[in-house]
Amino acid sequence: MTISTLTRQVFDINHLNLWYGDHHALKDINFPINKKEVTAIIGPSGCGKSTFIKTLNLMINMVPNVKMTGEINFNEQNILDEKMDLVELRRHVGMVFQKGNPFPQSIYDNVAYGPRVHGMKRKTHLDEVVIKALMDVALWEEVKDRLNAPALGLSGGQQQRLCIARALATKPEVLLMDEPTSALDPISTLKIEEMILELKEKYTIVIVTHNMQQASRVSDKTAFFLMGELIELDSTSNIFSMPKDSRTEGYITGRFG
Amino acid sequence: MSTRSNFDNNLKELKDLLLTMAEKSEHAIKEAMIALLNQDIKKAKQVIEGDNEIDDLEYEINNKALLLIARESPVATDLRKINVALKVSSEVERFADIAVNIAKSAVHIGSERHIKEIIDIPKMMEMALEMVSDSIKAYYSEDITLAKKSAEKDDEVDKMFGSLIQELLSYIPQNPNSTNQIIQLAFVCRYIERIADHSTNIAENVIYLVTGNRVNLNA
Repeated sequence: MTISTLTRQVFDINHLNLWYGDHHALKDINFPINKKEVTAIIGPSGCGKSTFIKTLNLMINMVPNVKMTGEINFNEQNILDEKMDLVELRRHVGMVFQKGNPFPQSIYDNVAYGPRVHGMKRKTHLDEVVIKALMDVALWEEVKDRLNAPALGLSGGQQQRLCIARALATKPEVLLMDEPTSALDPISTLKIEEMILELKEKYTIVIVTHNMQQASRVSDKTAFFLMGELIELDSTSNIFSMPKDSRTEGYITGRFG
Repeated sequence: MSTRSNFDNNLKELKDLLLTMAEKSEHAIKEAMIALLNQDIKKAKQVIEGDNEIDDLEYEINNKALLLIARESPVATDLRKINVALKVSSEVERFADIAVNIAKSAVHIGSERHIKEIIDIPKMMEMALEMVSDSIKAYYSEDITLAKKSAEKDDEVDKMFGSLIQELLSYIPQNPNSTNQIIQLAFVCRYIERIADHSTNIAENVIYLVTGNRVNLNA
């Protein structure tokens, strides 16, 4: 491997296998993830895509009876190493889920939560981080006059953007998104997609989506998973115009899966 | 049950419409040629009038293709199928326009006696029509080999075009009163040469449809 490829990659996953008890859920996954790119993961339910994304910040460790082999190198450090500091890892690799899950606190406190946990106390510093994160997700203009209002009073799309701001407030390098728009209306979905395209200037984004048009609109690379295997990983334009594997073609054209 | 049987049926209908359009265009070319050879003005005018029907078919194909893009969000092979149907329909529409041009030449020549028996022009036309028929068959059956085979004849058509034009021009000094007829026949040669070019474009589209690669068969 050349130095240039090393510096371009934020994650380098080699021969990753994962079992839930006896069930072999990820099979020999080799997957490089480049810096400041959006990588979309598609595949039918149960293909392992959510499992895979949860390995990247070891959220998967919360599931009982999980066993993994292989390497998940994050900035050249294998996070499967037992010495890995999980709090530190998750500060660098943030995550948002299907449905916005704000804490039952104010808008401000939601975004300030992470930095406070990591020891940031001064109000001026916190203000700066909160404003920047809310601007990054294009929510600032909508909430700047009611930062102390309860976050749960926001609309579904706003709640999801707030959760993304909360994830960004700890200044992660990578943002994992597990079907971030599946519970949102089309306009809120497009707002999140626009935001993703802006965020990739600063962050590396990995997004799991059931929405094929979404994958084709927002991502640079697309990976197709099927029954625990990574079938094809290529530039999004190749995957959606001329996939190499007939199973990928079958899935994206809606013929199976 | 197939997950996209409705979409598949619509793609098939698009292809069938295009086949109908191609058959009508081929027929128009043949009729125009017969009108020219037999100096049958009535038939020539029928060809000119018949072009509307082919234009309507092209609109129908275009509308159907756009509707499928809007409604089905096609990707990969599906998207190429629709893209290629649109491209091929434009080429086929040109066949029909060329039939009209040949028919118009027949009208311009009218009943003026031919300066000599017309033998090589129909031969050249036969070759071009073979290319048309093969390229359309190749499109319908997504057959790359047949597509390539049809395009190979383009060089022969070009060669015939070159020598026919020279021959026709050489008649002008001895037949100054038939200049109009000779020029019209030279136009017809040019139209036939264009038929071969459009047919080659169809063959290129067939290769793109099947392989995803753009090729130039007319190099």
